[in-house]
Amino acid sequence: MSFVPPKDDFPILARPVNGKMLAYLDSAASAQKPRVVLDAMTEFATTEYANVHRGVHRLAAVATERYEEARLAVARFINAKHSDEIIFTKGGTESLNLVSYAFLSPRISAGDEIVLTKMEHHSNIVPWHFMRERKRAVLKWVDVREDGSINPSSVAAAITPKTKLVAITHMSNVLGTVNPIKEIVAIAHAKNVPVVVDGAQGAVHEIVDVQDLDADFYAFTGHKLYGPTGIGVLYGKRAHLKTMRPFNGGGEMIAEVAEDKISYAEPPARFEAGTPPIIEAVGLAAAIKYLSGFDRAAVKAHEQDLYEYARAAVGHFRWVRVIGEAPHKGAILSFETLGMHAHDVATILDGEGVACRAGHHCAQVLMERFGVASTTRASFGLYNTRDDVDALITGLEKARSILC
Amino acid sequence: MIDDSLRELYQDVILDHSRHPRHFGPLEHATHNAHGYNPLCGDRITVHLVLDGEEHITGIKFEGKGCAISQASASLMTDMLAGRTVAEAEKLMDGFLHLVKGEEGVTGLTEDDLETLQVMAGVSAFPMRVKCATLAWHTMKSALEGGSRSNEPAKTE
Repeated sequence: MSFVPPKDDFPILARPVNGKMLAYLDSAASAQKPRVVLDAMTEFATTEYANVHRGVHRLAAVATERYEEARLAVARFINAKHSDEIIFTKGGTESLNLVSYAFLSPRISAGDEIVLTKMEHHSNIVPWHFMRERKRAVLKWVDVREDGSINPSSVAAAITPKTKLVAITHMSNVLGTVNPIKEIVAIAHAKNVPVVVDGAQGAVHEIVDVQDLDADFYAFTGHKLYGPTGIGVLYGKRAHLKTMRPFNGGGEMIAEVAEDKISYAEPPARFEAGTPPIIEAVGLAAAIKYLSGFDRAAVKAHEQDLYEYARAAVGHFRWVRVIGEAPHKGAILSFETLGMHAHDVATILDGEGVACRAGHHCAQVLMERFGVASTTRASFGLYNTRDDVDALITGLEKARSILC
Repeated sequence: MIDDSLRELYQDVILDHSRHPRHFGPLEHATHNAHGYNPLCGDRITVHLVLDGEEHITGIKFEGKGCAISQASASLMTDMLAGRTVAEAEKLMDGFLHLVKGEEGVTGLTEDDLETLQVMAGVSAFPMRVKCATLAWHTMKSALEGGSRSNEPAKTE
């Protein structure tokens, strides 16, 4: 394989944890940052930083330029038609809440329906519960098949004349399932229903082309994409954004403010009230540049290889039950350990330097669907190696020897 | 080093309590009940009590699912509190909460009680797991405070 995991680019991966080499298998929760991202942020903050879109001084102009370059980088990364379709938020969660408040809320009334799947992360559930609570909207849940996949025809079946939105994840943070977004968008659009896609995992592991997917909204976050925390993205079609009222109010999002009237700026500024995450935007642009420097298909193949390797290894343990084996799935391995609670397993793995997530993964509806209270999850990033998987397997054997 | 902490955390007494929890199951004619929930991991527990004239704990049981630490802690707790007075129970609960947070100077407990509780002290080396150990005890507190009249589950704070 041509792809060599660039472990040395990530300073944190060189530090021992609990006296062991760190095997970081929690990238689906948050990815580690390459040095180029940290350096880009420090460099910007130490030489070019000022507030953006305000002031006429030299640094204000430079900082604004860098901030808008970041927007352009994001637009190219997901192949948006226009860079003004990119809104910077504080994270993927805020991006989805923005859709709920600014897009859906004025368009939905009592009895109207929102279609969503049982594999959604809480960030793509709770904003729609708000609409249920505030507008008496109805949530319609599309079930997940036993293998962890979605049947597109059950999405079609869930859509009625009352449906105002379909909300679906590109890639499940628990099952790893990659959903057929393009097909689902086509189904929804045929019935004039807009689609919002949670791309928190999808933007990292899939090559996203929002024009090809034809999604109305696509939300993701910087910190899972090897970038900084505190910045997220909402892509929205220009035609939608233009009709939407603001979400937050404050500086930078207005055209004119008087004592008794107000007018708002055009998108994307309309949705970026207050001082935005400027240093983080520069960091996100650096992360995108870093990731785009690799052959993305080779990165995906590498992560997939690690998944297959790990899947085969845990397959030898009769006390492991893997959850999520859809034909199209990314590099996330979730499993139940019979006779051992996920938190006990994760504590013992931690002692081996293996960082895994244990719990409900902010997906309690999905946990309920599979009848489990919690799972252990190993998720892979471009820096992982087979050594990390070997450490995981050793750790699991140790957990078994201590706990059973 | 970490191995020693792990061995202390998962010592035989703890594993024995978690595999064979004492006082596990429903309790008929319970006078006090409370639910506990740990939103971090989704673990749930219910404790049932019979208070004799609001003075002595004459019946005690727990139900629920959770990790080895939370199950062992609940089992140990019910074992210790059975037959005690409410005042004694409160003293033990305070002592326990101090102990698992690694705080010094736990007072007001007998040598025997302190020794029994000591098996849970290993959890103080694992800050992310302290809530697993305290869930049952917080739930017990809520039951003694009349949890049966409240629908709000006890939290781990």
